[in-house]
Amino acid sequence: MNILLLLIIIPILTIIGILFTRDNKKVRVVSAIGMTFQLITAAIIIIWYLAERHAGNTAEVLFASNWVWYETLNIRFYIGVDGVSVAMIGLTAMVIFAGIFASWDVDDLPREFFTFLILLSSGVFGFFISLDLFTMFLFYEIAVIPMYLLIGIWGTGPRHYSAMKLTLMLMGGSALILLGMLGLYFNSNPDGGPFTFEILKIAKAHIPLNTQLFFFPFLFVGFGVLGALFPFHTWSPDGHASAPTAVSMLHAGVLMKLGGYGCYRVAIFLLPDAAHKLAWIFLILTTISVIYGALGAIWQKDLKYINAYSSVSHCGLVLFAILMFNETAMNGAIMQMISHGIMTALFFALIGMIYGRTHTRYINEMSGLMKVMPFLAVAYVIAGLASLGLPGFSGFVAEMTIFVGAFQHADTFHRVATIIAASSIVATAVYILRVVGMMLYGKINKEEYELITDAKWYDRLSVGTLIFGITAIGLAPLWLSTMITGGIGPVIEKLFLAMN
Amino acid sequence: MLMLIMRHELLLVLITVILLLVELVLPAHRKQKIILPSLILFGAVMILGFLPGPAGTLFGGMYSTTPLTLLMKNLLTIGMFIVLLQSVDWLKKEENKEKISEFILLLLTTLIGMEYMLSSGDFLMFYLGLELATIPLAALAAFERFKEKSAEAGVKLIFTSALSSGILLYGISMIYGTVGTLYFDEVINGINGAPLQILAFIFFFSGMAFKISIVPFHLWTADVYEGAPINITSYLSVISKGAAVMIFTILLYTVFSKVTIMWKDVIYVTSILTMTIGNLFALRQRNLKRFLAFSSIAQAGFIFLGIIGQSQLGMTTVMYFVLVYIFSNLGAFGVVSVISNRTGKETIDDYDGLYRTNPLLSLTMMLALFSLAGIPPIAGFFGKFFLFTAAAKQGLYILVLIAVLNTIISLYYYLLVVKAMFLNRSDRPIAYFKSDGYSRLGLALCVAGMIIIGIYSPVYEFINRFTFGIY
Repeated sequence: MNILLLLIIIPILTIIGILFTRDNKKVRVVSAIGMTFQLITAAIIIIWYLAERHAGNTAEVLFASNWVWYETLNIRFYIGVDGVSVAMIGLTAMVIFAGIFASWDVDDLPREFFTFLILLSSGVFGFFISLDLFTMFLFYEIAVIPMYLLIGIWGTGPRHYSAMKLTLMLMGGSALILLGMLGLYFNSNPDGGPFTFEILKIAKAHIPLNTQLFFFPFLFVGFGVLGALFPFHTWSPDGHASAPTAVSMLHAGVLMKLGGYGCYRVAIFLLPDAAHKLAWIFLILTTISVIYGALGAIWQKDLKYINAYSSVSHCGLVLFAILMFNETAMNGAIMQMISHGIMTALFFALIGMIYGRTHTRYINEMSGLMKVMPFLAVAYVIAGLASLGLPGFSGFVAEMTIFVGAFQHADTFHRVATIIAASSIVATAVYILRVVGMMLYGKINKEEYELITDAKWYDRLSVGTLIFGITAIGLAPLWLSTMITGGIGPVIEKLFLAMN
Repeated sequence: MLMLIMRHELLLVLITVILLLVELVLPAHRKQKIILPSLILFGAVMILGFLPGPAGTLFGGMYSTTPLTLLMKNLLTIGMFIVLLQSVDWLKKEENKEKISEFILLLLTTLIGMEYMLSSGDFLMFYLGLELATIPLAALAAFERFKEKSAEAGVKLIFTSALSSGILLYGISMIYGTVGTLYFDEVINGINGAPLQILAFIFFFSGMAFKISIVPFHLWTADVYEGAPINITSYLSVISKGAAVMIFTILLYTVFSKVTIMWKDVIYVTSILTMTIGNLFALRQRNLKRFLAFSSIAQAGFIFLGIIGQSQLGMTTVMYFVLVYIFSNLGAFGVVSVISNRTGKETIDDYDGLYRTNPLLSLTMMLALFSLAGIPPIAGFFGKFFLFTAAAKQGLYILVLIAVLNTIISLYYYLLVVKAMFLNRSDRPIAYFKSDGYSRLGLALCVAGMIIIGIYSPVYEFINRFTFGIY
């Protein structure tokens, strides 16, 4: 049995367990147990992967299994991981683990809440381990749809509107992906023989440039919608602001990474010639995403909106780096996905906890919280510092690598784009420090805030896990970086061939 | 032995006669007793249909079965069985007590008509089967004759089908005029795209388009669907439409195979129109029956994507989609039917907060709607995906693009119902009730179908074995 299958089986078993749990209070315990196992499995996979690589296994993907699913159409259930997907699996397991504890006090329909949340996570895991476009797409949609109910039922604010907008925009993106996928399928074997959805086989096919130029925009924009590519990012602020805590965490932390990962793994890897030809358009758009998100965050007063815009900026940076087509920047892009995933999950978890205590998310209504809830406040500062790229945290490693990589292009266009994108760091510092200053320091402005209690054990567990993640990557990035470099090798090679 | 070729129809005729005789001896106050035997008999027919048996031609080519038509008949009987299960609760109502056997017998008759239509070897037989399938349906649509809308539905159905039959017949007579024969095998060779044949095809197409309710021949659909009793509506939108789509695809692939250039553009344009207009009208419906009517118009547009695939892949995907569609749409109609029978409520707003009172029904409805919208891992996703694949194989990417964008529109209105059930709160939600065993069995079958057909790929491969050689 393939260990990767556990990543799908454990969530399913957990869901079955939840459905058979009598007591509503016990539902969260069952979920927590299931996701703990999931985290352990992910850790084992990472360690095992590193050990295999250390032992000199140079196969393109490890733990691969390839089953035929739909024989006539040559659709396969093909799973396997390389350095990049292993890293993403680790991220997902960490965020969903923290998410379960961050939603410990959900009391409206908890059974349904945890079922949908875990279903969503199983879609994400399935997406990252798929090596066949069909199953990849299938899991992608499984990851998107529960979001509608999660935001619609348990959300806050204009939740019906946000849920509908988010779902329709993301499904619209997936509609474009579907078309691009079919285009790849019917061009996957120009020399005759059966067509295939297998990514590694399509990568070996030589697709004519005109075909590539036709399908590349569909795939890139389709995944780009989920990766908050300007101007298709508008679902993100509304969706994140309305979603319940754990859903925001999972969505900004992991689901948006599906977009970046899809652009990298499908659009760029499989259509490299078109990627080169059309990169400039998307580079402009992503640069706008980066700077627009950062500037947008400055204007917001609602904590969740601030963080949602910040996510647009940071995820824009991921796409920006992917489009640089060199090893350093690409490495940085994957690092940024991991780093931002953990960091933003931490932010949303903290925002949820703060909101649960102060019942407001407007920064001008809060002040001096450091005195009453030091643990959460310090954690918020840590997340903030990681977000603005302070050395020692994961954000610094990722952004530094990206900008170094981006600066390797000597032409004016790339230089200008890089400088504009890099200036977003300044804007990030502004909105992070503003929030920290206004909300955490100063005098307590309302009497009832005096009575606020600090984090409970489950809050601490959730926050602690994520802080461990960002500092571990920040202090010892090399193992992760090496692992990722091994994964992006084939993509870079293919891009290099396309360039010449 | 020869009669085994016609076993589906003969068995159906047999149970129809048996039920007629039973009906005669039943005293007036015990008419209900006929329900269970008819279900058992029909279930037996359904299972017998799957047993392997000979295929071949009868009556000098007027009637022919192939493994493919046998499979189609089996699919229809499965759907019919679910419809019967879902009707029981409604039939037991006080006002329907006297007419229970009429309902069952008329339904069986239409099914016999459809099966003859599917097995027809010439246009005359085809026409006879079609009429046998349509006329009893008009009577069924007007079944609740004291309700104004039901009577109206019956009249509308009979008028439109008379008109469409007339047009169809005109087309057929023109084909006869140019070719000099009505047998499919011989017509194939005679069709060469002469002007009169093009006209004949247009008439034939329009006639069929009425039956499948393709835009711009869809105008009768919403009113009839709304007025007819729900189970008849589901029968019309699933079984009747499915049968018409199947025979239409076969005829296009065989009889008109030499002149694909003649019908490809027509299908292309009507497909886009049907999807888009069906979807746009569905957006504004509040009555669930009308809502499902327009959604089923849009679904027919999607089916055309498979037809235009004109290959074995196209045939398989159409058949597969019809199978998926049977389970999904009957699931949705089943829930609407149960709720309407118990509470008389039929609008989307009535469903506000349904999940909190009737979770299982809501989940079934959600599953069915997601299947219709094409959300994985439910069967509808696979059905739609394969239809798109069939069209993309012909290089019709623009058509596929329009279709996938249409799925987003459809997702919006399906989500509106999900929103009502799950997200909205209501002061007076539909109270909890326990639905009857037959409905629950029917819905359970639908749910099982929706889940299994997609994930369990042998279903697709099974269908694919039979479509070999059709194109």
